Amino acid sequence: MAKAAPQDVIKESSMLKQKEMIDANFKLLSTANEEGRKVSSTFVPGNLNELQMCFDLNCNFPEINALQNGMRKKSGRFIMEAERDGQSEDVCTYVKSDLGMIMQGNIGPTGDKLPDPDVLLLSYTGCFTFMKWFELVREKYDCETIMLHVPYQADGKITQNMRDYVVKQLKEDVIPTLERVSGVKFDIDRLRQYMRQSAKAEEDLVWILQSAKNRPSPIDAFFGGVYYIGPIFTAFRGTEAATEYYSTLRGEIEQRIANGQGPVTPEGDFGKEKFRLVVEGTPNYTNFREFWKMFYDEGAVVVASTYTKVGGVYDFGFRHDPDNPIESLADYCLGCYTNLSLPARIRMLQSYMEDYEADGLLINSVKSCNSFSAGQLLMLRELEKRTGKPGAFIETDLVDPRYFSAANVKNRMESYFQMLEQKSASRAA
Amino acid sequence: MPPKKPAKSPAQNSVQNIVDRCQALFDDLDFTAVKDWKAAHPGAKAIGYLPIYVPREIIHAAGMLPVGILGGGDQLEVIHGDAYYQSYICRIPRSTIELGLTGRLDCLDGMLFPSICDVIRNLSGMWQLLFKDKYVKYFDVPQTYRDDIAGTFYIHELQTLREDLGKMAGRTITDDDLRNSIAVYNENRVAIAELYRLRAVQPWQAPTSEIYLLLRAGMVLPVEEHTQLLADYVTAADQEERPRRDNCRVVVNGVFCEQPPLGLIRSLEMAGCYVVDDDFLLITRWLLDEVPTDGDPLDNLSKAFLHRSAATSAKFEPNKADKGRFLIEQVRNSRAEGVIFAAPSFCDPALLDRPMLQEALNRDDIPFTAFKYAENTGQMQAIREQAGTFADSIKLWSA
Repeated sequence: MAKAAPQDVIKESSMLKQKEMIDANFKLLSTANEEGRKVSSTFVPGNLNELQMCFDLNCNFPEINALQNGMRKKSGRFIMEAERDGQSEDVCTYVKSDLGMIMQGNIGPTGDKLPDPDVLLLSYTGCFTFMKWFELVREKYDCETIMLHVPYQADGKITQNMRDYVVKQLKEDVIPTLERVSGVKFDIDRLRQYMRQSAKAEEDLVWILQSAKNRPSPIDAFFGGVYYIGPIFTAFRGTEAATEYYSTLRGEIEQRIANGQGPVTPEGDFGKEKFRLVVEGTPNYTNFREFWKMFYDEGAVVVASTYTKVGGVYDFGFRHDPDNPIESLADYCLGCYTNLSLPARIRMLQSYMEDYEADGLLINSVKSCNSFSAGQLLMLRELEKRTGKPGAFIETDLVDPRYFSAANVKNRMESYFQMLEQKSASRAA
Repeated sequence: MPPKKPAKSPAQNSVQNIVDRCQALFDDLDFTAVKDWKAAHPGAKAIGYLPIYVPREIIHAAGMLPVGILGGGDQLEVIHGDAYYQSYICRIPRSTIELGLTGRLDCLDGMLFPSICDVIRNLSGMWQLLFKDKYVKYFDVPQTYRDDIAGTFYIHELQTLREDLGKMAGRTITDDDLRNSIAVYNENRVAIAELYRLRAVQPWQAPTSEIYLLLRAGMVLPVEEHTQLLADYVTAADQEERPRRDNCRVVVNGVFCEQPPLGLIRSLEMAGCYVVDDDFLLITRWLLDEVPTDGDPLDNLSKAFLHRSAATSAKFEPNKADKGRFLIEQVRNSRAEGVIFAAPSFCDPALLDRPMLQEALNRDDIPFTAFKYAENTGQMQAIREQAGTFADSIKLWSA
């Protein structure tokens, strides 16, 4: 199939819509301080977007800023700025990109000034570094910090004690503090209304992600998936805009299935699907398109990924529940992917390998994220043993360009695809 | 090498004998002391725990031996463990896996993985997969501090551990069992506080390389025996005449999880530093006061944790103004002249915390220096030179 010249990046209309939404949020944030709107900074996993909307807060997501800066090739200098200021070269580059950006004037990825936050809402879900990150950011601002401690699902289940703990924090600490900071009284019916919207969007998101069970898969559930999760993982979950976005996206994908089409890549239609992969780990954002190209050039499509579950795991039944809004928020926070035990993560990946009829598993292990990375080599072994499918392991980073070696990654990916091809040929023989 | 048995001679309580015994326990990567204890207590169980804090009182109350697992140090050749970790992950999980896969931890009936960082958290899941016949628990602790919220959660977690261990022990752990164990650990806390007081006042009489070995002995010995050992050392150290040097007094910070090689501690001393406070083996000093022995024991343990426990990088500091205060108090209380930040490579908690602590020290005009290490760091020359220069600069330039 003919592909567009590299300079003409092809995007689905839903991708353009998603970009508009994210850009609009940056614009909103840029005028928040001067227009007197209150701003919270918060993290993607375990974010309480519906709740924050109840207090008319505009939401700033440091991780999104970091990854957007990575995609725009800005993160490298921010990281080095933070290292010059005393941050260790060993620690998370999301943190350093964020700190470096703040130190250089807090101009966000789109070129708009980011606001000073009125509250740091630390949803401590699935990542120890979050806790230190907000302690570091707190040093730069004179605002309140709310800690929402979400216990770890070490035994693969949510206990009533965990749920009660999170619910109590929400009711007795988080909500009263947000009322005080915002000056807006909490209205649980407003929360229920947002949650109804969330549940609708979640239903469509799950359908979209599971559409990859088709052959050919109409989506790439990792590289394309990054775009698809944008609205629901950030400031739009619970809004009508998000509901409409997912409904539109679903329509596009239904059409692609009807046409027997694969995913849309930056260079046009995908072409023939040769390999179906499951991906564990995060993307690399500094060389996102280059990395993706290594896949679609070889006919490799990602049919399921765990990264698209970091801001919420919906494909095993969970939905925000307007009838039990606070408890439902607790379960949402507790259920985010990196808050799951290693055995639970392995079970999830195994089910993806089987349900999506994958040919193999790729782990992209990033230096920045111990929450994801520590234990991934055992996950690889265990999954190869359980599924009989070959795995590949590469190492990059989220937003530090110094840790993306294109030649090494490409070399390894090509070898892996050759192996998959040989396995496929020997099965056919 | 098996640990040496206590000598029967009259000089058995000399500093040298006590330190030799602790050194032998430290060197013994086969945990012979634990095996000996189990042989002497047929049917009794031993429960391992990683840094930095678990409520050992509950393990003790179940009639079990709590055993601190602190990685393999610089004497263990890590072969299997490296295959489980990328190069950018710290050393302690890989050497702990090595200990497990080579059978050295077979004497343990269970392992507790405290909430310290993502690496140790994920190691709990790896342990579940690799050692299916063992009891494995990730011990979550609250990062918020209200009794009616965090306390309720934490007491429930303590109760779960109590019930789990009770099942393993085949009996109910009563409140009186717990109160008794709290009292036993209170005695240990008092003995350690006395040891730290001695060192802070007369660091030449109680070098940190010895203090460290004494603390490490407490990771494998029954607590009652350890408390006696500490008391014996303090008595013996008091009676020794040791040369007093014109060393600089420092607090060491960042060593709460992966352990520095003993050679590194000795290098600091040789470089002209008296370590007068530290965050080595924090479990021994995590709870800052004696825990009440009347009333509800779990409630008492919870309140001690929430309100009177050490500040460290693995804990959230809710008040911005209090960041670094604990460290500054350590400096003031021990009359230290500076701080040495020693953090393991790739240790997110310590390395992310460090700039904030340094800023707090800057505000109080407390000098510091910083470096990284690994548990198997072999070359001490650079560290010795850095620490020596730091000590000299304090001696020469501090008012």
